[in-house]
Amino acid sequence: MNAKASSRNDLYLILGFIVAVALGPIIMTPFGGYPDLLQKFAIFGIFAIGFNILFGLTGYLSFGHAAFLGAGSYAAVWCFKLVGMNVLPAIISAMIVGGLFSALIGFVSLRRSGIYFSILTLAFAQMCYNLAYSVLGQPGMNLTNGETGLQLKLDDPRYFGESASESGTIPPTSMFGIEMKQIHEFDLFGMTVQVSNGYFVCALFVILAFYVSMRIFRSPFGMMLRAVKTNQNRMSYTGLNTRPYALAAFVISGMYAGLAGGLMSAMDPLAGAERMQWTASGEVVLMTILGGAGTLIGPIIGAGVIKYLENIFSSFNDQVMTGFFDFLPDWLGSAMVWITSPFVGEGWHLTLGVIFMLIVIFLPGGLMEGFARIGRLFRGSRKRGEGAADAPRVPAE
Amino acid sequence: MSFFNLSRRGLLKGSAALGAGLATPTIFTSSAWAQGYLNEPTGDTVTFGFNVPQTGAYADEGADELRAYELAVEHLNGGGDGGLLQTFSSKALTGAGVNGKKVAYVTGDTQTKSDAARASAKRMIESDGALMITGGSSSGVAIAVQGLCQEAGVIFMAGLTHSNDTTGKDKRRNGFRHFFNTEMSGAALGPILEANYGTDRKAYHLTADYTWGWSQEGSMKTYTEAIGWETVAAVRTPLGAGDFSQYLTPVLNSGADTLILNHYGRDMVNSLTQAVQFGMRDKVVNGKDFVIVVPLYSRLMAQGAGEAVKGIFGSTNWHWSLQDAGSQAFVKSFGQKYGFPPSQAAHTCYVQAMLYADAAQRAGTFHPCAIVEALEGYEFDGMGNGPTLYRAEDHQCFKPVLVVKGNENPTSQYDLLEVVDVTPTEKVMYPVDHPDFQGGDLGTCNAGI
Repeated sequence: MNAKASSRNDLYLILGFIVAVALGPIIMTPFGGYPDLLQKFAIFGIFAIGFNILFGLTGYLSFGHAAFLGAGSYAAVWCFKLVGMNVLPAIISAMIVGGLFSALIGFVSLRRSGIYFSILTLAFAQMCYNLAYSVLGQPGMNLTNGETGLQLKLDDPRYFGESASESGTIPPTSMFGIEMKQIHEFDLFGMTVQVSNGYFVCALFVILAFYVSMRIFRSPFGMMLRAVKTNQNRMSYTGLNTRPYALAAFVISGMYAGLAGGLMSAMDPLAGAERMQWTASGEVVLMTILGGAGTLIGPIIGAGVIKYLENIFSSFNDQVMTGFFDFLPDWLGSAMVWITSPFVGEGWHLTLGVIFMLIVIFLPGGLMEGFARIGRLFRGSRKRGEGAADAPRVPAE
Repeated sequence: MSFFNLSRRGLLKGSAALGAGLATPTIFTSSAWAQGYLNEPTGDTVTFGFNVPQTGAYADEGADELRAYELAVEHLNGGGDGGLLQTFSSKALTGAGVNGKKVAYVTGDTQTKSDAARASAKRMIESDGALMITGGSSSGVAIAVQGLCQEAGVIFMAGLTHSNDTTGKDKRRNGFRHFFNTEMSGAALGPILEANYGTDRKAYHLTADYTWGWSQEGSMKTYTEAIGWETVAAVRTPLGAGDFSQYLTPVLNSGADTLILNHYGRDMVNSLTQAVQFGMRDKVVNGKDFVIVVPLYSRLMAQGAGEAVKGIFGSTNWHWSLQDAGSQAFVKSFGQKYGFPPSQAAHTCYVQAMLYADAAQRAGTFHPCAIVEALEGYEFDGMGNGPTLYRAEDHQCFKPVLVVKGNENPTSQYDLLEVVDVTPTEKVMYPVDHPDFQGGDLGTCNAGI
């Protein structure tokens, strides 16, 4: 594999990614996509990309990444409260806070590896959650507003902006006058496509995040991180201190999480403590493993699948399912509704669990391994007989 | 480390993407601005969004709320026996839909998490075109979703939310609450506690450590101290603690003779059951029988706690055993459809859906600002609570509050609470500038355009 071909492949990859992100709203419309869901795809895509830099490259399984996402969200909302409604300072401060938190937690947690590291990060994240949920939400020193979540108010100072708009409402988040929540509609192929300004901002950041992650994967630094994953002892015996590398990866992925949290607040200016809960940390682990840990694109696909299940599958009630099986004869239709209904609506977790189990058992490399297998199947049948020996396979990236 | 080196190609790519991103908004015609208000219904249906907890600690309440909403939609569209439409003082609704449109609905799961609740409300607004969001079984969620609806420009009709903040420091012009609050609970319970337990008591609070718990604790302290009680201690317990023994043990050693449990849902079921198992109610402290008070009661909780609730005082928004025409009509149609009596959560949600529909019918439009105007200062009757006022200044309903007691001799599995007293509206009415409700501002109504 020569360097030129590899960089050309990367170019195609990033171009393909940009096209996919740009056409996202159109592709998703027939499947029930709407602006908020698309923003979620992009935001959780960023979160998963960042997590993958740590877990996919160094193999350190952090069970507390949601803490950085939550810290970033709070930072962004405070920025809206104190500075103004422009999203850029909010997102930057979210990244800084995410980075600071991860440096602090990473410095302590990275003294251990394996399961001990996971437990340490989990403990720290749960600590952050409890602090945000009650200790820092008390009326005396109210940083987080507890269970309700930190919200904007009409009487927030906003020193570099206006406290209230002319019509007497809280001004919407914006980027130099472009409102995030404004939705554009246009008709295409007989369907109404909805795009919000916020999606363009999220799309820009997810492309940037993807590009940076790709450069990290290809860099000597990325190679060093892979070496940490492969055999850390051997690295130490060669006289190399691996901890700074692991810490750098941890902080970078913490900043990604902060960025995701900041974007979440920018799209919907509220920060709640449950963003820090261990279930949220577990979710990003699921996303990464479902899509394919250590691959570039996999975590984004995993994030998309989970968010789609959470938002669309959970909204199917019996009414919807009956409509769906309308074309079948009555008895078969109601039988199908009876069979499928435990898997939709509030049972979407069950669907997710089944999918996750199937993938872990049959495709340990995640969905990306599935795609790679399908791809090889086609290529294999074309190239068979030409005697093209399989080139040393690069992990599906 | 080479990954920050920006190549010429990278720069070109970046600027192309940026340019495309900035240019895109302007090349589309944004039809959202041409409308009079967000999600203006153009077909022959109007969509309500029912956002209730279907999973998590309040799933039981959520399921009951959803039953009530389905019943309300049926009645609005002319199905069933018409329910409260017969007894409602306003005769604008006739069962032929609202403003000539049939009522359709979409549902969402709040998971009792602010984030999830907002996400599902957003889906209903953006994807399903819901004009009104209603539901919820927790104050945190209600406040979060109320904020979202204000920003988005739809009406929010709060479900079960008892914290003062919902119509206090977090009130919004687009949000309305029919349920009562902790201040009213305190005001109603105070005199009853004085009459039954005297003026010389030492109270020990166990409080769920979140917005509603603090609000409830504050109100109970105010009103018990007003009748001469002394507060020994107020201890915060984490939400969903499960085992309360470590919090209950110190109570008996503190010299307190009254335990006030500012808990709700499963927390209350667990803490009350454990307190009774500890034999607290058989103790005699300071020469008086040890007593327990649960400020906010619900039938579903009483069902969970079983024997332990007998003889324990609390307050509630509504109870199915009320004998007025409205309550009886509601219990009848709910019972006919589902086979058991409705909870107070079901009642408040049903009434909220009806009040919204009625306001839209009276205003002749679904424009949020017109509906706000129709509901502000609106007086109505026949909805099971007696004469009720929707106060214009804070969008809180004022109506009599029920003081209930765990039934000593229940005749059925639903007959668990007995109404001790109906505290009239004047007694629970507080001024708009009450100190516990300071710091909020309704703002102006938002139609989402």
